[in-house]
Amino acid sequence: MSDDMILLFGVNHKTTPLAVREKLAVGNGYEGPLQALHSITGCKECYLLSTCNRVEIVVVAQAGSQVEEAIATLLFGDSVAPEQRQDYLYIYRNHEAVHHLFMVSTSLDSMIVGEAQILGQLKEAYRHASEHKCTGPILNKLLHKSFSVAKRVRSETRIGASAVSISYAAVELAKKIFGNLEDKNVLLVGAGEMAELAAEHLVSQGVRKVVVANRTLARAMDLAKRFNGSAVSLDELFSQLEQADIVISSTGAPNIILHKKDVKPIMQARRNQPIFFIDIAVPRDLDPELNDLDNVYLYDIDNLQNVVETNKSERDKEAVKARRIVDEEALKFEHWIDSLAVVPTIAALRKKADEICRIELERTMCRLQHLSPEEQKAIEKMAMAISSRLLHGPVSFLKNESCKEQDEVKVEIIRSAFDLVDNN
Amino acid sequence: MGDTSYFLFHTVLVVSFLALVFYGIYFVTQKKKIRTLARWTLLASGILQTFYILLRYLQTGYTPITSQHETIVFFAWSVTWAYLSFRWRYTVKNFGTLISILIVILLLIAATASRTITPLPPALQSWWLPVHAGISVLSYGFLALAFCSGVMYLLQEYELKSKRLGYLFTRLPSLDSLDQLNSHCLATGFILFTLGIITGSFWANQAWGAYWHWDPKETWSLITWFLYAAQLHQRFSAGWRGKRAAIMAIIGFAAVLFTLWGVTYLLGGAHSYVR
Repeated sequence: MSDDMILLFGVNHKTTPLAVREKLAVGNGYEGPLQALHSITGCKECYLLSTCNRVEIVVVAQAGSQVEEAIATLLFGDSVAPEQRQDYLYIYRNHEAVHHLFMVSTSLDSMIVGEAQILGQLKEAYRHASEHKCTGPILNKLLHKSFSVAKRVRSETRIGASAVSISYAAVELAKKIFGNLEDKNVLLVGAGEMAELAAEHLVSQGVRKVVVANRTLARAMDLAKRFNGSAVSLDELFSQLEQADIVISSTGAPNIILHKKDVKPIMQARRNQPIFFIDIAVPRDLDPELNDLDNVYLYDIDNLQNVVETNKSERDKEAVKARRIVDEEALKFEHWIDSLAVVPTIAALRKKADEICRIELERTMCRLQHLSPEEQKAIEKMAMAISSRLLHGPVSFLKNESCKEQDEVKVEIIRSAFDLVDNN
Repeated sequence: MGDTSYFLFHTVLVVSFLALVFYGIYFVTQKKKIRTLARWTLLASGILQTFYILLRYLQTGYTPITSQHETIVFFAWSVTWAYLSFRWRYTVKNFGTLISILIVILLLIAATASRTITPLPPALQSWWLPVHAGISVLSYGFLALAFCSGVMYLLQEYELKSKRLGYLFTRLPSLDSLDQLNSHCLATGFILFTLGIITGSFWANQAWGAYWHWDPKETWSLITWFLYAAQLHQRFSAGWRGKRAAIMAIIGFAAVLFTLWGVTYLLGGAHSYVR
């Protein structure tokens, strides 16, 4: 058992271009690849994770078996020549494999550090593997551990707390102004791609209505249809501003289209309901002085970028903490694996002791037929007690945490001292 | 009974302080478990305060809102229960932190004031005492909540306008929830405040023979009343909200504090048995 290896094979967005990743043989579906993996000789347990950013395989391989070549072939199929594979593929063994898996589950290895999606994908992948009976005691423990490490990182660090893209930053700001976005109206001024993206995020937060104002009405209608909204021409901008709560501006206009003096009367008409302007146009559409008005909040693209940058540096700080947790948990898992080495020896020791007790008791009891059942019980009990008290010493010697590195030596000593037969 | 009362007051102090500590830890760490703990501790503090006031009532034989100590304890009680009643319906992120600071400050001031029981002056021996004083101080509780929401609003607005979005930004609630809180507390507080003045003038008529005396306390109550009335009027007619409403809530509360303490110590007058 102790000689089995945990191996992790993978390609991800850092090592491998998308063009190669999409050609991988295991790209679609879990069933086929899992069965193929399981049938490789020497592969005792296996598991496969496949997402758009990574494909990873974890196997528990029998000592001395040559599974690496077979798995690499399975992973790449014919899409990549064997000599090119090592450019893309990373292989981690034992401790590194455990560590890497934890890095993945905690999203520290993700493209966007801190995103929560990966954990769901990991659980899904595990479900497939266990349904096809590909996992065993080690991978079950390892994967469950990877989930709990991810949970621990989430609760002990603030890694997933802040927005790291412009659209998310806009949503986050809107929430701090309006609290609930559900009864809010969004006005898109100009129909640029960025505006569309930001609007998409707001719609996913459940805003009530989207209105698109554009110079060409046809494009406005196209976009409005996507959000089940309505389209207006740019001339109606001022009257639309009376109802809008969040305004995303992205016209290609060379000059400012909305001045402070225009918005001031609108605020009165709105009875000072707060309004959030997001100006993602370059050059800017909105007068920077709008921000000086009460209940008006204006963020331009640079402001949003700054928010994102601050959040990123905050996140990097949290990632350091998260990494420490991963290191710690990987080490703990390694200890668990190591303890497996002494478990069979302890079992063998107990088995031998029980055997001796049984034989000796039988022999003695034959000659003590005149004893009452209670007395016989008492003698049996005594024999068991002696054997277990005798074993207490060697068992705690094996379990002793202080000299973990010498587990193999300890096992050797106990095995020869107690004359245990090698049968596992 | 004196010993019990002494002990109970200190328990109230300690429990309220614990609530503050838990809310403080929650503010820094944002761990939900701590928040739950803080809420229960504050509730416990509210219940203990109630017991303390009841005990004081049994000891003195009259509604304990006459001495400085009693008034401030009742004030703290009003803030606590105004918050708990509000909390029951809305959640305003981290609002409890500010409230528990205020409660602890009030209780500390109460702790320094004399706790000796003096016989009730004949002028105060009336069932108007619990009605007038109780309603007035309860209104201060709600107005104190409006004040706290005003402070938080200004902080959060500054974060948003300055675009720095630092430590406080994530921890403070949304502007909208603070503005709602302000409007709710203002309305409730104002109604109670008005009732306090009306009951006071009835009592004045009964005790002194006239509804209104232009006693400094009455004058300042009226000034405060006008400040809040103007605020309410502007909010509901001209749509004053946000920053202006927050500033007005802070100014209004300053007037409340002056009416409660400033008048008694600086200007004197017929209300000055409340020392």
